[in-house]
This record gives sequence, structure tokens and C-alpha cells, in this order.
Amino acid sequence: MSQFQRHEHDVVVIGAGGAGLRAAIEASAKGCTVALVCKSLLGKAHTVMAEGGVAAALANVDDRDNWQTHFADTMRGGQYLNNWRMAELHAKEAPDRVRELEAWGAVFDRTKAGRINQRNFGGHRYPRLAHVGDRTGLEMIRTLQDHGVHQGIEVFMEYTVTMLLKDGSRVSGAFAYERERGRFHIFHAAAIVLATGGIGRAYKITSNSWEYTGDGQALAYEAGAALKDMEFVQFHPTGMVWPPSVRGILVTEGVRGEGGVLKNKDGHRFMFDGIPELYKNQTAKDAEEGWRYVTGDKEANRPPELLTRDHVARKIVEQVRTGKGSPHGGVFLDIAWIREKLPDAETHIRKKLPSMYHQFKELAGVDITREPMEVGPTTHYAMGGVDVDGDSQMSTVPGLFAAGEVAAGLHGANRLGGNSLSDLIVFGQRAGEYAARFAGEHGSAQLHDDAIEEAMRQALAPLERQEGASGDGTGGGGGPYQIQFVLQEFMQDLVGIVRTENEMAQALEKIADLRARAVHVAAHGSREYNPGWHTALDLHNLLVVSEAVARSGLDRKESRGAHFREDYPAKDEAHSKHNTILVRTDDGGMKVERRPIAPMREDLKKIIEENK
Amino acid sequence: MATRTFRIWRGDRDGGEFREYSTDITEGMVVLDAVHQIQAESANDLACRWNCKAGKCGSCSAEVNGNPRLMCMTRMDAVAEGPVTIEPMKAFPIIRDLTTDVSWNFRVKKGIRPFRPRKPDHADGTWTMAQEDVDRIQEFRKCIECFLCQDVCHVLRDHTKHDEFIGPRYFVYNAALEMHPLDTEDRLEDLKKSQGIGYCNITKCCTKVCPEHITITDNAIIPLKERVVDEFYDPLKRLFRIFRPSPRGSAPSGPR
Repeated sequence: MSQFQRHEHDVVVIGAGGAGLRAAIEASAKGCTVALVCKSLLGKAHTVMAEGGVAAALANVDDRDNWQTHFADTMRGGQYLNNWRMAELHAKEAPDRVRELEAWGAVFDRTKAGRINQRNFGGHRYPRLAHVGDRTGLEMIRTLQDHGVHQGIEVFMEYTVTMLLKDGSRVSGAFAYERERGRFHIFHAAAIVLATGGIGRAYKITSNSWEYTGDGQALAYEAGAALKDMEFVQFHPTGMVWPPSVRGILVTEGVRGEGGVLKNKDGHRFMFDGIPELYKNQTAKDAEEGWRYVTGDKEANRPPELLTRDHVARKIVEQVRTGKGSPHGGVFLDIAWIREKLPDAETHIRKKLPSMYHQFKELAGVDITREPMEVGPTTHYAMGGVDVDGDSQMSTVPGLFAAGEVAAGLHGANRLGGNSLSDLIVFGQRAGEYAARFAGEHGSAQLHDDAIEEAMRQALAPLERQEGASGDGTGGGGGPYQIQFVLQEFMQDLVGIVRTENEMAQALEKIADLRARAVHVAAHGSREYNPGWHTALDLHNLLVVSEAVARSGLDRKESRGAHFREDYPAKDEAHSKHNTILVRTDDGGMKVERRPIAPMREDLKKIIEENK
Repeated sequence: MATRTFRIWRGDRDGGEFREYSTDITEGMVVLDAVHQIQAESANDLACRWNCKAGKCGSCSAEVNGNPRLMCMTRMDAVAEGPVTIEPMKAFPIIRDLTTDVSWNFRVKKGIRPFRPRKPDHADGTWTMAQEDVDRIQEFRKCIECFLCQDVCHVLRDHTKHDEFIGPRYFVYNAALEMHPLDTEDRLEDLKKSQGIGYCNITKCCTKVCPEHITITDNAIIPLKERVVDEFYDPLKRLFRIFRPSPRGSAPSGPR
């Protein structure tokens, strides 16, 4: 049997994006020994790609803003399926977490008065997003990383956790392999924080990187933790659509926040058609009012391009389906039109949206200061994930915590732009604090040899099989990459933006079929830095989360937020009262339950009423 | 669609060779797409790093026909006709194929004195800073840590001064801290003594390869060099230093 190296820590954090880094910093500050384990190099996690900003009611730009309005906006955006306690904590604590970043060296764009500047974003009543041009995520991850490395955190780069280890009902460690040499490692810990992000690689068109294979969701699920609201997958309305190789790459909502408008092939600004009831009072009457809003007129309402992402994505799909789309199956996003309004529009666009300018110029040959972009929806974010306690972020497995995208609750049925970066730092901090507390109170638990041996056996299996696929992975479509492509293709078609019972049932059959094929998949080559082996190991997680999305989606027979059912196109009051919970049964099946949402506190109800 | 030939370096720390692959190229493809296609079709275990595929994470650095580039931002239609040669960065030890051991960079960064802000201006723990005063460090903070500047710098690439010289990336990092309006730390002695800023002879190779178009030499390195000169070679300041004890603790050890 292969050997492994053993590491001892109070708290092990898996994932080094914003949430993982913030959790590690907090646990370390509380006196714990901390390991930070990440799949890529430090500073490359998905947070680095976040563009628009971090939502926090600092009220630097509009002094009417406060945590109550942010709370109400978040709940409305999530169609009231959110964990209201998380939405409350998030709105209250985000400003402090942002100010803390500044104290750690972050340099946000400034207002004229020299304070942190804030921009408009979809679903936020006031300009609320602290930002750095359109590279806010880079600023945030670099600040946390540079602060964190001086806090005594031990960082394990390019390590992949493939199994959580348990002692009875609680978690006791994690099994990982290191990419460079392919060696095995056991992280023995009193508490574990999952901060592994999302599931976008289950889809063909996605803004997500190779890392987003649902690792944390699958690890937690296999360890007995409940998953929640997995049907809610956010399709960001604006991804690049042309050329084909860049399809899915994100185009920040900041383009619309700066005045960008959506048009179909006839030049019609279709977002003014069919504004949802919930937002009628808050939407501009015409183009002129919309422009006044994005240029800071406090009396004006937001343009319809800044409605929530689920709505905008569906409106775009509608245009494409009715033949009114752009040449490559999207619609036009035009920021160049502001030349009519601003004498220095070109400089303004390049200053406010530098990486968008760069991205379109270099990858698509489009100058966004002069021409419209072609955009269409792209799989972007998982609102669902590991079911956690709102205050502590602990999952249903003692000692196992989750924060950021991997956790469910804050965003309900749809996430507002900007609420992800704030989610990371608010709940990263909380997860770190409570994991440290758990470690202090309970200490570490036992590791069991049989589980470790099973983890090693599973990890080595693809390398030891050579019969399932030809060595180079081309034979018969049986290689790890080919299986991943098949999954991505049908998840996109059958469990995408518009869903039906029939198609999701088909998807479940195909998932079962792929699972049968995946157990025979072979990885060619050695254990050293072998992406084929890695892809083979990722398949299990992708299949778990794909099944979770399809099963939850089948159970929710209504359309709400990001979950749109063509066979049940309306909202159903009966479904507004529960979350969808998934648990693993003893025989390995996936069980769907409906859990009633806890009644909201009276004071919070009042805030929502006041903000209607 | 056209088929193109690639010569990709395959091997590990013990040596390797270029191997030929060919794959179909469609409109708009970048070099990284071609590498992925080859990986999926005929070389499952071909090692390369990547994350965002949009020039934001700085993972897929390599040398394409001898030019240090992000593979994700190098369009195939901009690569000269004929076989395309892809090899790993030269300034760092090979791990396997296109991946190199860049851990030295992370150790160097840890040795740089961290941000130390002055007392907050306001009761809520915040500060007032004008946009004009942060414009120049915001340029430095665009760095995506692709390490292409380190790769191309002859002090590291040809003279392997990794023990005495921190490279362009970390001069930019130092500059972002030194010119931060709130920072109170002093890094000039470290820059002079343990970080080897004197080795840079301003060939501007780093500036040329920066995918974020940071004017590394003119805006970061030269002003730092000037500060070092002012601090250590100005005769009046030298005299003054004799009568003044060092305000800091001892400098941290060199980059390793």
C-alpha cells in the first residue's frame, strides 16, 4: 500500500479564494494552527476573476443606504428563499469586512471626497459596490493573500482533497494528493472549513475555470452533510459568445452599471419589455431616466438592464429563441453609445472597464469604446451548496464548516451581483472564527486506517486501470476528458436556463450511465503532475453535483429566481415556503426532502415591508 | 479550419525533448485552446497550468516561439506560420512539461516587509485618499503574478541570481507598498542590501512582456532606484545617518 505524509493542524481550510483565505486568517488570529490547502497556486483561485465589486452598505456615495436596505434587496433578489439570518448578518457585517481590507492594504477606487467609491449594480437600490475598476476580485484576493502569508498560515499549493475522514459522526481529517509528485497526504484536524467554490464545470458554457468541479459539495455530501437548494444555478446574462473558443468568458455587469444597454438585432432595447411586478416601482420609465440613474441622479430609478440576473438572462434567451438575436446567438451589449453623452467617453470606458476593453480587444478584435459587444448567458454561480448554520457556518456534520460559494443560504433563488465577494469575507470570517472555537472546545478526533486505505485505493484506481480506455484517452470516447465533455454537453441542454420534467429526467438517466462508465475510466501516465489523472478523479464530484441539480430541479415544480421550468412557468406560493434538501441514504442513493423555511423575525419582516 | 503543428516540450527535472502534435485550429482560438485540445485528444497527461482563460489569473505562462506569453491571450492567428514551439519558462526549475516550480516567488514575497498603515483618519477605521494619489499604485496592483517579467529578466534567467535579486515582480510589489499613501514602513535598506535592486540595469525586458502593460521599469524600478540613491548616497543624508540610530529592526534575510 502506498505511503502518505501526515500533517497536524487545529483547522484545515480547503480552498484559497476569498472565503478560504479569510477563514484561514481568522482561525489563525484566534490562535489556531492552520493549513490552507488549494488546488492551484496561491492567488489564482476563482475570486481573482471577480470583476464588478463587493457589495457593502458603506453609504459613501448615497447616504440613504444602510444595512436594512441591503438586507431587503438581498431577500428580494433571492425570492425570499434565502436564509434570512445569513442575509441579515451579511448586510450588517459587510461594511466592516470591506473597511478591514483597506486596513490590510487594498486600494479601492475613490470618491471625490477621498472615500471608497461605490457603483451601481443589478438589484441593489443604491450604488453599493466598492470596486477597483473591473478587477475587484484581484484586489481582494491579493490583499488577503499578502496579509495572510504573514499570519503563520501553512499553505499547501496544488494539493487536491479527494475525501473527508470521519470519526463517528464528526469530521477528523482530509485525504489529499499533491500534484507535483502525486504523493498522498493526510491532514489531521479538529475542524475543517470547505471553501472550494462552485460547480460551473458541469456545464459546457461557463465562466468558471477547471477548478470548479463541485469538490466541496461532493466531499460534504459523501461525508453525510446535507446539500441545499442545488436547483438554483445562476446563468450570468453576459458572457462572451464569439469567437467560439472564448464562449462563456464573463463580461462584467459593471458594463451595465456604467450605462451599457442591451439591444437585439433590430436595435430594440428589449429590456424595457415585461418588467417584473416585484421591481416595477424601482425601474426607470425610459432611457433618459435610466441614464440619469447611472450618472448618479438620486431621484431616478435604475434602467431595466440592472434588473436581477435571472430575469436578464431569460430575456436574452427569449430574444435569441425568437430569432431576434445577434449573428452568433447572443444579443448586443453597447457601452459605446455613451459617446453621445460624454465628451471623454473613450477615456471613461477604458478607466472604468479596463479589463473588458483589453479582453474584447485581444480575444475578439472588438473595440468596446466604438462597437457593441455580443453577449449571451453563461453558467456562473451556484446559489445552492452545503447546508450550514447561519451564524457559525457549520454543516450538518460536526466540525465541518463551509463558506462562500460552496455554502448555501445567503442568496436564495438568485444572487445579486456584488453579494458574492461580500459573502466570502463575511462568512469566511465567521467560518474561521467558529471553526477555531470548535477546535478549542472539542480537540481533534481519531483517524481510521480503513478509510485512509479506501481513499488511497480510490485515488489510484484510474492509474491502475488501463483497459477501460485506450492509453491516450481517444479510444471509444472513454477517456476522462471525453466523459467530462459528454456531461457538460447534456447538462447544458437538459438542465440549463430553461428546464422541463422530461429533460431533467433524461439527464438523470444519462448521469447514471456516465457513472457506470466513469468507474472504468483509465488515466494514462505517471502520478507526477498528471492532468488526465486529475480529470478522472474530478468526474465523481461532477456527477454528484450534476445529479443534485437535476434532482432538486425536478422536485421544484415552479419557476423562481434562477430556476425556470417551461412546464411550470409561474411562481407557486406552496413552493415559497421550503428549501430543497439533499441527503445521501445508507444505500448510496440521493434523497430529496423539502424543509420548511423558519419563520422570519418580526423586525426583519418589518424591514422588508418598509423597503417594498 | 486548418491543421497546425506544435512542438511541445515534454519532460521533467531529469530532462526531456520536444514532441510534435497537430490539431485543428478554428476561428479565434488561442494557444491555450490548442494545448487543451491536444491534451484531450492525444496527450492526456500533458502538464500545463491554467485557470481563468481570460488573462486575469496569470497561470498559463510559457514561451511560445521563444516569446514569454500568457497562452490564453495569444491568438493562433497572431502566431507566425509554421510549427508552433511551446516550452516552459526558463527562469524556474522544471516540474513537468509546461509547468515550472515557481515557489521561489512566493518565498521572496514573504520576505518583503508587509503593509503598515498610519493611524486611521476616521473613527470607523478608514482613511481619506484622493484618487490622484492612488492612481500610480493601482497600476502596480494590476499585476496578476504570471512571473513572465521574472522569466525574461536576464539577472534571473541568465545569471541565476535568485539568492541576491528579487526580480521585477517584487520591485513592482515594493513600489506599490512604498508609494502607498498610508504606508509607514521603510524598505529602502532591504532593496539595496538583500533584494539587489542595483543588479537591474534597466533593459526594460520586463516591461515589454508584461501582459498587464505595467510600465515596470519607468514607473516602479527607476523611482525605487532614485529613492535608494537619495537615501544612501546623498552626502548630507550619509552624514546625518551617522548620528541617527536605524529606525528599524535588522533587515530580513535575502530572498531565499
